[in-house]
Amino acid sequence: MNRRNFIQSGALLSGGLLISFTIPKANKLAALADTADLNVFAPNAFLNIGTDNSISVYLSHVEMGQGIWTTLPMLIADELDVDLKKINIKHGGADKAFNHVIYGAQITGGSSTTWSEFDRYRNAGATARTLLLQTAATRSGTAVESCKTEDGFVIAGSKRYTYGELANDAAKLPVPAKVPLRLSTDWRYIGKGSKRMDARVKTDGTAKFGMDIQFPGLLTAVVAHAPVFGGKVKSFDAGKAKVIPGVREVVQIPTGVAVIADHFWAAQQGRKALQITWDHGAGVQLNTGTQTAAYRKLAASDGLLVQKKGDVKTAFTKAVKTISAEYVFPYLAHAPMEPLNCTVKIENNSCEIWTGTQLPGGEQAAAAKILGFKPEQVKVNIPFLGGGFGRRATPACDFVSEAVHIAKASGRPVKMVWTREDDMKSGFYRPFYVHNVKIGVDKDGLPIAWNHNIAGQSIMADAAILFGPPPAIDDTTVEGVKGSPYLDEIPNHFVGLHTTKEVVPVLWYRSVGGTHTAFVMETLIDQLAHNVSIDPVEYRRGLFKNHSRHLAALNLVAEKGNWNRTLLPGRFKGMAVHEAFGSVVAIIAEVSVDKGVTKVHQVDCAIECGLAVNPDGVKAQMESGIIFSISMAMYGELTFVNGELQQNNFYDYRITRMHEAPRINVYIVDSKEKMGGAGECAVPPTAPAVANAIFAATGKRIYNLPIVNNRLEKQA
Amino acid sequence: MIAITINGKQREVAADPDMPLLWVIRDLLGLTGTKFGCGVAQCGACTVHLNGEAVRSCVTKVSRAAGQQVTTIEGLSKLNDHALQIAWAELDVPQCGYCQSGQLMSAAVLLRENPNPTDQDIDDAMSGNICRCGTYPRIRLAIHKAAELQREGAKS
Repeated sequence: MNRRNFIQSGALLSGGLLISFTIPKANKLAALADTADLNVFAPNAFLNIGTDNSISVYLSHVEMGQGIWTTLPMLIADELDVDLKKINIKHGGADKAFNHVIYGAQITGGSSTTWSEFDRYRNAGATARTLLLQTAATRSGTAVESCKTEDGFVIAGSKRYTYGELANDAAKLPVPAKVPLRLSTDWRYIGKGSKRMDARVKTDGTAKFGMDIQFPGLLTAVVAHAPVFGGKVKSFDAGKAKVIPGVREVVQIPTGVAVIADHFWAAQQGRKALQITWDHGAGVQLNTGTQTAAYRKLAASDGLLVQKKGDVKTAFTKAVKTISAEYVFPYLAHAPMEPLNCTVKIENNSCEIWTGTQLPGGEQAAAAKILGFKPEQVKVNIPFLGGGFGRRATPACDFVSEAVHIAKASGRPVKMVWTREDDMKSGFYRPFYVHNVKIGVDKDGLPIAWNHNIAGQSIMADAAILFGPPPAIDDTTVEGVKGSPYLDEIPNHFVGLHTTKEVVPVLWYRSVGGTHTAFVMETLIDQLAHNVSIDPVEYRRGLFKNHSRHLAALNLVAEKGNWNRTLLPGRFKGMAVHEAFGSVVAIIAEVSVDKGVTKVHQVDCAIECGLAVNPDGVKAQMESGIIFSISMAMYGELTFVNGELQQNNFYDYRITRMHEAPRINVYIVDSKEKMGGAGECAVPPTAPAVANAIFAATGKRIYNLPIVNNRLEKQA
Repeated sequence: MIAITINGKQREVAADPDMPLLWVIRDLLGLTGTKFGCGVAQCGACTVHLNGEAVRSCVTKVSRAAGQQVTTIEGLSKLNDHALQIAWAELDVPQCGYCQSGQLMSAAVLLRENPNPTDQDIDDAMSGNICRCGTYPRIRLAIHKAAELQREGAKS
């Protein structure tokens, strides 16, 4: 287990055993982790066993679709030896004890939940089991070695105790520094999986999302925002808004004007009736056309050194052929199905927040700062998240801060609801990027020189409040080019970065750097293979000779996805492989291009992720990532004219629909490698696999995303 | 006052006749299973049944539902045991879950009208419902599975 966390046990006020974690005071992140009041508040509990035999597991990460509501309790169920179905599952609130074991802040992201919590959650379960065994041994006068657990009971000689019967006494025992973990052969869930524990509540309307928070006295707020980033309210007249039935109040906040009403409809009508004069500020200068030209110019020169090897300039003189390519990637909105929203209730010395967030500690701190409170005066309740994809992990805490400002200005409990248009226009996008690449190949068609420059904003610069000032090279911009297995094999290469600044706030977007770097690398490798008429799978095998995990994913998808299959007339295939978040995913996409319209018919996917703790959950995440990537590649684009975003809603920011979704087959490499992630890992390779299939169909390479902006008639 | 029958219960609401049915259901009647996703009939998260037909409640004025029968996800079955709900859980369809009420309500009309839908029928009936998590392959399988459950149920 991670050394930052120490398991404690204690008694609940109501009786029972509580397994929690503390952080030593010496740790710089430990400011809040005071467990003196454990018995009363139990803020940092991971597991508790009540005297009534109830078992509760608290999640340090949040459920936004990726399935950790099931996977984290599985880890405890296996170590505690209980039926997963008997566990009550709850989101933990904001608490430093729930900080990510690697990232040092409480965050759900980076496809990291399962691997990062694998030891911590198993240890929580194992600690409870050890204490229960000792208690049973003492109570029955049996040697602990001859006691055993059996699905929620301890068997001690002829006695059989429920965990609940033992919980009070177990809570009084000292916690051993190290507890034995069960052998993998004893695992009932890990590696085998379980049905989702949240499926039933998500089929009858009972699952509660942030949007669904209701209580007496709660009002709804809708906010008018500046049409341009950085814009401010110059003046406003709320006269017509205030007379709309149901409208209670109109307040100005730092980010705009909020209309507070009895219900959403009245608030929205009120917003429409507001008359606001805006000071647009410098943001009006943003135009996608000029931005594209400026970035293309930047990327045509060498940027700040990211990675280099050998002598690129000399190597180009020896190349038999040079291939140049320039790629343009637009801004993208995350567009989770549940528009962003936040409910805030402020009382004299406390504040309670309900919101779907991937960053509970950050939101807590942001709210406290606005209110002049200490973080512990702010309670963060986390319902289910109606999608996140990174947007609910905004270090700037934009939507929570806005809601807190409204509640503070109004003095009443308020649920702030953003419309789809508000959500889409709110910024924190996947940045706009341009890549410029020049490749020199030798007579065998292998790259001997590779010069690669990227221009784009720094995501980490906009995350500085959480992680501090960014380094000169922001890895989130270059990851996937930096560290590429292909570049490892290329004796002369240079990767450079031009970091740009814009008024548009940017953010991590499901798979972050991989959303663009994988596209560039994998379509170029495809081009290199076609250049010498070598099968793209064979070509990659050669370059992956020192990369066994890439090779394993590639080989599995080629075999199970039957790469050499005969396709129906008009169908074409393409493939791509990419490593992200500790896993490698290989994709084969089968497409048709009919009258210029691309359809993805089938996707085969193999993942090398080490142990797949919940295999069907991994498959679900592959399906999810593949379809997310198809939306991104086919349609995803935000554009600006004079600082105003041109897209509004799903009619002009398209998402893949049922009739456009491919058949998907997922294969998992049987692996003993280090565990990696799943949630984001299928996004990077899917888009380039589709583009490579489009090339097979039309002879046309895609350099400008999204695909729908390209004319794809078959070339003569 | 506008009278509507919602999930079999007669209710009266004091609402502007132009107020969308979605917000009457959610904010006045407190039934939060029906979701707000886009407000312009693009995503289907707000799908309910009006006299048995699937409608986008975000663009349906409450006046249209006056004196009519409205069914929301809460009324799809009494015990979360509609064939679709069973199939949804069996195949682990939901991910974030936010769109699934609307998906189920659209699928329920499809299955009632067409007890043995083809893939093309599913495409036609379900393409108005967006799922950002990309659960479409499982929704498709689950509709086929529910059709199978219905057929078995009819035999027994």
